[in-house]
Amino acid sequence: MSSVVATKNISKTYGKGEAAFSALDGVSLSIVPGESVAIIGKSGSGKSTLMHILALLDKPTEGTVLVDNQDASSLTGRQLDVLRNKRYGFVFQQFFLNENDTVLNNVVLPLKIGRVGHKERLERGMQVLKAVELDEKANSRAGTLSGGQKQRACIARALINNPGVIFADEPTGNLDSHTGKTVEDLLFRLNKEQTITLIIVTHDPDIAKRCGRQLHIIDGRLTTKGDI
Amino acid sequence: MKFIDLLQTASSSMLRSKARTILTILAIFIGATTITLTNGIGTGIKSYLNKQIGNLGATNVLTIQLTNPSSSGPKSASSPPATYNPNQRIALVSSGRDAQKQLLMSSKDIRIIESNFGILSVAPARTIAPDYIMGNGGKYQLSLAQQFGTTTAQMLAGEGVDNNSGQNQITVPANYVSSLGYSSNQAIIGKPVTIGITNAEGIQSTVSATVVGVQQIAVIGPSSAYANTNLANQLFDIQSTGLPSATVNSYSTVAATFPNNFTAAQITNLENRLKTEGYTGQTIKNKENTVFTALNVIIIVFDMFGVIALLAASFGIVNTLLMSVQERTKEIGLMKALGMSPRRIFTLFSIEAVLIGFWGSALGVGFAALLGKVINTIGQHGFLKDFTGLSLLTFPLTTITAVILGIMLIAFLAGTLPAIRASKKDPIEALRYE
Repeated sequence: MSSVVATKNISKTYGKGEAAFSALDGVSLSIVPGESVAIIGKSGSGKSTLMHILALLDKPTEGTVLVDNQDASSLTGRQLDVLRNKRYGFVFQQFFLNENDTVLNNVVLPLKIGRVGHKERLERGMQVLKAVELDEKANSRAGTLSGGQKQRACIARALINNPGVIFADEPTGNLDSHTGKTVEDLLFRLNKEQTITLIIVTHDPDIAKRCGRQLHIIDGRLTTKGDI
Repeated sequence: MKFIDLLQTASSSMLRSKARTILTILAIFIGATTITLTNGIGTGIKSYLNKQIGNLGATNVLTIQLTNPSSSGPKSASSPPATYNPNQRIALVSSGRDAQKQLLMSSKDIRIIESNFGILSVAPARTIAPDYIMGNGGKYQLSLAQQFGTTTAQMLAGEGVDNNSGQNQITVPANYVSSLGYSSNQAIIGKPVTIGITNAEGIQSTVSATVVGVQQIAVIGPSSAYANTNLANQLFDIQSTGLPSATVNSYSTVAATFPNNFTAAQITNLENRLKTEGYTGQTIKNKENTVFTALNVIIIVFDMFGVIALLAASFGIVNTLLMSVQERTKEIGLMKALGMSPRRIFTLFSIEAVLIGFWGSALGVGFAALLGKVINTIGQHGFLKDFTGLSLLTFPLTTITAVILGIMLIAFLAGTLPAIRASKKDPIEALRYE
């Protein structure tokens, strides 16, 4: 079966010689469209590095990353930028919203980067805000939102380009259990209803359990088989 | 990002730390104001001098004298005396304590100069000393000069004299109008005046002439009336009646008129050819250039202050933007993660730098123009009252545009270091940054 993203025996080493530190060691995995996958591990286990490589924000020292069965190293910087802009959505633990700007302006940032016109930005921005039930807050400053609302705004931003894959880095890490649950529900609903591939990095076993597949990572190695 | 979005994003991030931005803009503002003011003064004075130099005489006339090697240059004291030439007449011109020897020219010299290619006409420059001028009122003293070439004096009414006219024509300075018995500059145009002149035998006679123009009173140079060739010849003939012909027909200076459309290079060429023939030719422009060179040096010195201010301000831009890049590390990381190319990030920060430059320079130039207007208004009613027609500060659009664009360029250059730093930020590191 064709994968949205796959890795073949990738390693990531920081530094050289004596001081060399191996963050990832021989990781092979493959993720098919519409899947929900949790990457679980302790802090320092290499799970964030793995996600960055999968999201094409970082390059492995060795091995290949395949995007839609194509070697990612053959893509130019511009193609990588377009791919991240149009195909991927990002949800961060720290939200990374511009607190001084309006919720709507924050949400449409990927469209702005993708050179979409003002009118279309407005329409699509309101559409995704409605989908995460934040349309009433569109013109409020992002700084005035509660934690759960901020994460919903962040998800709206990830959704705006109708992405194929959403990468979520500890999406509930900064939220209390109740609001965390709401955000979780939202992510899994998108996975089911819009068949968006969901790749979640977490150390929370509850959220990992809800994923279709769990990839455990310890000291840079997968302890479970990476393929289906 | 589209350019308009980059511009908008840069503007709003510029306003995020207002105090810092305003202080940086203020530094540029001071530099821009200084440069605009010094240039404004320079342009104002130059354009005023240009007009005034017109009052000194025509710009298409070369004043030609014989080059006297023994009396020119600092060597003269130690070099041997010049050998005697029986064909060369010499006059003594008193200048201060010493009498200077001046070689005299004859009609032979005029013929030599006339044969010099390209010169329209050559005429001896003679001194005419009329006794008085009289209109409808009393008799007044008059300083009169012959108009060579095209009139360049600023005319308040009428026009310059016509040297081809067979009529006696004269233009008078504005302060003569009421003394000659006329109520306005316009009223005197076309009216006759009488000029009294005494010959070498002491007999006074009169010549009548028509006033064709009223000149603005010159601030630099003498305020003479100007006669056309016909009038000048007639007056000179009367004045020299009774003088020996050798005196009448030798001149210390001749005036050569050349075509109006001569370029600076053509004029220089002409001067060089005259030099090889043993003559020294000078135009009004030569004299003007000496003054302008000094003026330019003064302006450049003042401009240096502005440049120093701008240099300091550009470090302010570097500092402001470096801080901005540091503060917005996460934001830059996010934009890169969301697919913004490094080149766009560079552009974004460069635009921010250029915007700071633009606002600083635009406000500075605007303020300078406003200040200039106030100073000009105060000046014309106060300390510059005697300098009719002087706008001390003049701001041509080209200078203003050049100052703004120049400062925007400086700002862009100052912004490159922070902008490169921003564009090189690693998105992962940037997003991890707390």
